[in-house]
Amino acid sequence: MIDFETPKPIVQLNTVVETVAVNMMRTVSREMDENEHTVPWDFINFMHTAVKSMGGTSMAPDADKPDDAKKEKRPSIGFQRLGHMVEMLAWGDAGMYLCIPGGMLGSAAVAAAGTPEQKKRFLSRFMGDKPVFDGMAMTEPQAGSDTSAIRATAVLDNDTNEWILNGEKIFVTAGQKALVESDGFVVVWATIDPEAGRAGMRSFVVEAGTPGCKVTKQEHKLGIRASDTVSVVFQDCRIPFENILGSPTVEKTTKGFKGAMATFDATRPIIAAQAVGIARATLELLKEILAENGVEIRYGLPRQKLTSIERDVIEMEVMLRSAWLLTLEALWMADNKLHNPKEASMAKVYAGDIVVKITQKAVEILGPLGYSRELLLEKWFRDAKITDLYEGTGQINRLVVARNMLGYRGSQLR
Amino acid sequence: MYSFKPSEEQQMLIDALKRYAMDDLRAAARDAEEEGQLPIELVEKGWELGYLQASIPEDYDGFGERSAVTGVLAAEELAYGDLAGALAVMTPGLFATPILLVGSEAQKKAYIPPVIEMEWKPFTAALMEQKFDFDPNDLTTTAAIDGDSVVINGEKSYVPYADGAEAMLIYANLAGATQGFIVPAGTEGVVVGERQKLLGLNALPFYTVRFENVRVPLENRLGGADGHDFAPILAASNVALAAMAIGVSNAALDYAVEYAKDRDVFGMKVAQKQAIAFMIAEMGTAIEAIRLLVWEAAWMIDGGNPEASKQAYLALSGAMDAAMMVTDRAVQILGGHGYIREHPVEMWMRSGRGFATFNGLAIV
Repeated sequence: MIDFETPKPIVQLNTVVETVAVNMMRTVSREMDENEHTVPWDFINFMHTAVKSMGGTSMAPDADKPDDAKKEKRPSIGFQRLGHMVEMLAWGDAGMYLCIPGGMLGSAAVAAAGTPEQKKRFLSRFMGDKPVFDGMAMTEPQAGSDTSAIRATAVLDNDTNEWILNGEKIFVTAGQKALVESDGFVVVWATIDPEAGRAGMRSFVVEAGTPGCKVTKQEHKLGIRASDTVSVVFQDCRIPFENILGSPTVEKTTKGFKGAMATFDATRPIIAAQAVGIARATLELLKEILAENGVEIRYGLPRQKLTSIERDVIEMEVMLRSAWLLTLEALWMADNKLHNPKEASMAKVYAGDIVVKITQKAVEILGPLGYSRELLLEKWFRDAKITDLYEGTGQINRLVVARNMLGYRGSQLR
Repeated sequence: MYSFKPSEEQQMLIDALKRYAMDDLRAAARDAEEEGQLPIELVEKGWELGYLQASIPEDYDGFGERSAVTGVLAAEELAYGDLAGALAVMTPGLFATPILLVGSEAQKKAYIPPVIEMEWKPFTAALMEQKFDFDPNDLTTTAAIDGDSVVINGEKSYVPYADGAEAMLIYANLAGATQGFIVPAGTEGVVVGERQKLLGLNALPFYTVRFENVRVPLENRLGGADGHDFAPILAASNVALAAMAIGVSNAALDYAVEYAKDRDVFGMKVAQKQAIAFMIAEMGTAIEAIRLLVWEAAWMIDGGNPEASKQAYLALSGAMDAAMMVTDRAVQILGGHGYIREHPVEMWMRSGRGFATFNGLAIV
């Protein structure tokens, strides 16, 4: 039965998260943006305590943890809840949202692909007294969306039963906090057999303080400046054999690689939720300022009678709401264990598009106000663009959507 | 609790309508368009599937409850087959559904059963007027109360099956508000004009209708002597048309996908070119996003949400743009062949443009 009613637990949580977004994020949003590489510790400590008191280790839904839904035989809403939370936090500040401890892609990968022992070893640290961070190290200078071009290697030293990692990773979100400022970890992608292509690709957990793992650079970015983005170099970096996620042997298939890619089916709608949060913040502020200036949006009129601004705002509302529904659908499918790579990428494509359009148009409409750093609009214009880039650019996601729609494999539609 | 899955009952209806839409409507669509006429047996067959009848309660001789969500699911399926055929099958609803929504008890009892009991008959409605900035909430056609009767003056356009209509619901401006009036066949002063020639929908007979001092009893005012709220009718129409825009878009998309996977170019299929594949990805994405917006608007209508009218307006706004974008691209993907009338995509492109204009031509 088609239903758009937000589940009650999510409504309640949303109210709490909104309070955080308004009081802990918006209040320092500008300051964090102006002072890149400053860590928002007040916010981080608050979130750490809050998440801990709610009994969560990480924000990602954990398949092994019996949640309330299972007890009562109701369908799971974990991803939907996470999507709502991320939307609201990104509405607060998309950069600060990325500073929330224990909720990043590294722990998502461990939760998705790790054994029960690995989950215990790596995820329990998020329940400690101090906030701990995690990250995902996939991109390399020569390998972005084309992850099969990854050159970082992992070689098993049979004498010590350790993996030896070598290579350079860039664009590691929260890498500084994960490896330098807390006892966190990053999940590193490397090949265990360079001849095997994608079949040889594996992910490994590298903990903070491991010799041979070094943060070498912090990037200066267009937006989401509160979040650190770093380069990490691995030089004969030795990690225990047990730190590999998934099978240690190379099969002839690319099942392992595809399994890792399946993480995207869960994470892409989350990025879409971020995009929607930024877009909603923008549209709300735009409408507020227009209203203060006596501009009323006359819904219901034929387009011929609307002003250009009214047409723009109405189009933005259509884009925003439909993007959110598409995102919810992809999350709902993830919760219901429905195969959703097409919908996950659709949500990412669409939300990435509309947030860029909405923020760009809002800055245009508000003229000197929009372009000024007195308001947050210009910041959101800069923040928005990342959602069309990370977790697969809009183009990569178009490929994924098209392949699914056309029934093509990667080799048939490159 | 969110859910994006139709109920089993809805799915059965969807499946039945899809078969009819493809096997009957689609099969007949091109000839009907060229000949300017839909075979009555075709319309009759769709009518017998009972979509409208199932949305009317037993009190008025139907066998179900009205649900806008079920309505948009049905409208999309029918329009996927052929828009003109879908509108023809749904035309009696233009008369019956507003009466069900806002009519008085007496009107429901008197006017709904004759529509749904019989075979398909041309019961219709007249809302649009021939002006560039037509606004359903600011009509030029006027109604004036004169004692126990109402006097209507003005001219309507895009009235389906006006010629030979059993009865029509005409919308007119009464002291600034859009109000409906039930006008039976043969009422003096109702002058049906020439059949209209349009960019699309040539299979469907549309007429202009002039109202020259047309006098009907005050009890024929929709809702009774005190009239009615027009917003629910417009919202029900907006979501219906939005759903049909999605249906037409989806038809164009599927056709373009099939063509692109079959057509060879430079030693591969044209669908293997990113320039084409990306268009297809964007078409599919827009359709899915706007479809959900339409569903949500319909769901809000069913729940009596006060924001439902606004949402329905937004849904149609999004759907009309999606339909133009998608149908245009379908023609583009077929290249020169898309321009040839042997393929349906040019017809769908003409239909696609219509959703910016169509007002009140369908209702769920």
